Amino acid sequence: MRRVAGAASLAFAVGLCGAAPAVDGPRSGAADMSAELQAMQRDDGANPGMLWVADGEALWRRPAGSRQRSCASCHGDATRSMRGVAARYPAYDAASRRPIDLRGRIEACRTRAQGQAPSRPESAEALALEAYVAHQSRGLPLAPPADPRLAPARARGEALFRQRIGQLDLSCAQCHEQHAGGRLGGSRIPQGHPNGYPLYRLEWQSLGSLQRRLRNCMTGVRAEPHDWGAPALIELELYLAQRARGLNVEAPAVRP
Amino acid sequence: MARALITAPRTAKRGEIIEIRTLIAHPMETGHRNDGQGRLLPRDIIRRLRCDYDGERVFEAELFPAIAANPYVVFTTVATASGTLSLRWEGDNGFAQTETVAITVT
Amino acid sequence: MTPRPSSIPRRRLLAAGAAAPLALCWRPAAADAAELEAAIRGFAGAAPVQAGRVTLDIAPLVENGNAVPVTVGVDSPMSAADHVKRIALFNERNPQREVAVFHLGPRAGRASVATRIRLASSQQLVALAELSDGSVWSRRVDVIVTLAACIE
Repeated sequence: MRRVAGAASLAFAVGLCGAAPAVDGPRSGAADMSAELQAMQRDDGANPGMLWVADGEALWRRPAGSRQRSCASCHGDATRSMRGVAARYPAYDAASRRPIDLRGRIEACRTRAQGQAPSRPESAEALALEAYVAHQSRGLPLAPPADPRLAPARARGEALFRQRIGQLDLSCAQCHEQHAGGRLGGSRIPQGHPNGYPLYRLEWQSLGSLQRRLRNCMTGVRAEPHDWGAPALIELELYLAQRARGLNVEAPAVRP
Repeated sequence: MARALITAPRTAKRGEIIEIRTLIAHPMETGHRNDGQGRLLPRDIIRRLRCDYDGERVFEAELFPAIAANPYVVFTTVATASGTLSLRWEGDNGFAQTETVAITVT
Repeated sequence: MTPRPSSIPRRRLLAAGAAAPLALCWRPAAADAAELEAAIRGFAGAAPVQAGRVTLDIAPLVENGNAVPVTVGVDSPMSAADHVKRIALFNERNPQREVAVFHLGPRAGRASVATRIRLASSQQLVALAELSDGSVWSRRVDVIVTLAACIE
């Protein structure tokens, strides 16, 4: 049969295929991709995300802002100083007294330490720096901090994960827990882990952040997406990191 | 200047066939897409990739809108002598970029 | 809470608008097939197009048509006397038939090129090779392209 079943059979397909067989521990979205995409991710000469990593490396060394300082002037060689950092985010930010994700942390450095103007969400520069820093944790397991100050926000994140939203009245858990491993359209439903971010999504034809993907999902179920940087998104990120603990960082991953 | 990543061996034996992998940042806007208001987004693509080995053309690719964003092109050439591989991308809106890699052939 | 039209983020509208033309550009299959044969004829000129000698590696089922890896190879000694001059890729159902034309020669050592292409829908892909003796060889592959379930 040449033609793949269309959208009309979406619900049928999801119901028919049901839940994934039980696996020990979380399963990366990479395992749900085709062999061709896995090869694209593994090969640094073919992975489009590495273009952003290369840009980030150049930005790391460039003096910027009213203070004309580079990231390197404080943090030195990123391959040493940033190793393991992305694996520990989101973390608790004492200065603002709330959880902060990697992008927020980089943004705080840019504005406070460098004296730069705030960057737009998903700006090329913000993504490049995030990709470069996250890449320094590639191959390391996600290790969310056990900081008790993060507990309330993480609990709110879990509640958001299980809350049904949007015109389609779906929660994250319904697709990414109950139906993970099943099919939606032609694609396998992943467990929805954050370990690859920021990643090159073929659908975007660009590198993008976890927040972009979360907002995509919300639009996908016809819900009003939270604003960029909203506390609800950080809380979700916090819960997702805990849920995925032990999975290796793959940044920059490739996903369909 | 667009970011470009070139993967090529630094050394090779004379007569060895070497693989050159090229990846360059570019949206490759097809000219067939509309924006949210229904207006056509104008075409903006890389149209040509050329490789010269010590000044002699050894490879050329004509690219069309069906080439994916951030074009990835892989080809081979015979390592003849130590020298420079020069890669040049050209496209719409005056896009032009040259990158070079050196190779030592023994 | 259902989104009010005035509050729908512009990015979503842009993405929706961008995705739409694939449906708006529907043409009868016969028109595409005729254009494909014309494009092949344009490449081959007077030479008859013979099936064989060309390998076209592409996944038979593709999760996202925005970047599909493809490798084309030709069985050829790539000598001065006997080599591949050009390799071309054409498609059946995209807005236009051409995908790429690669110019090789004896200095290539091997007739093998790889790239990533866009496929707007399930369709046939054709790889052609023009040899130094003027002969033209071809390989056709059918590819199924599925779309992302949750687009922006």
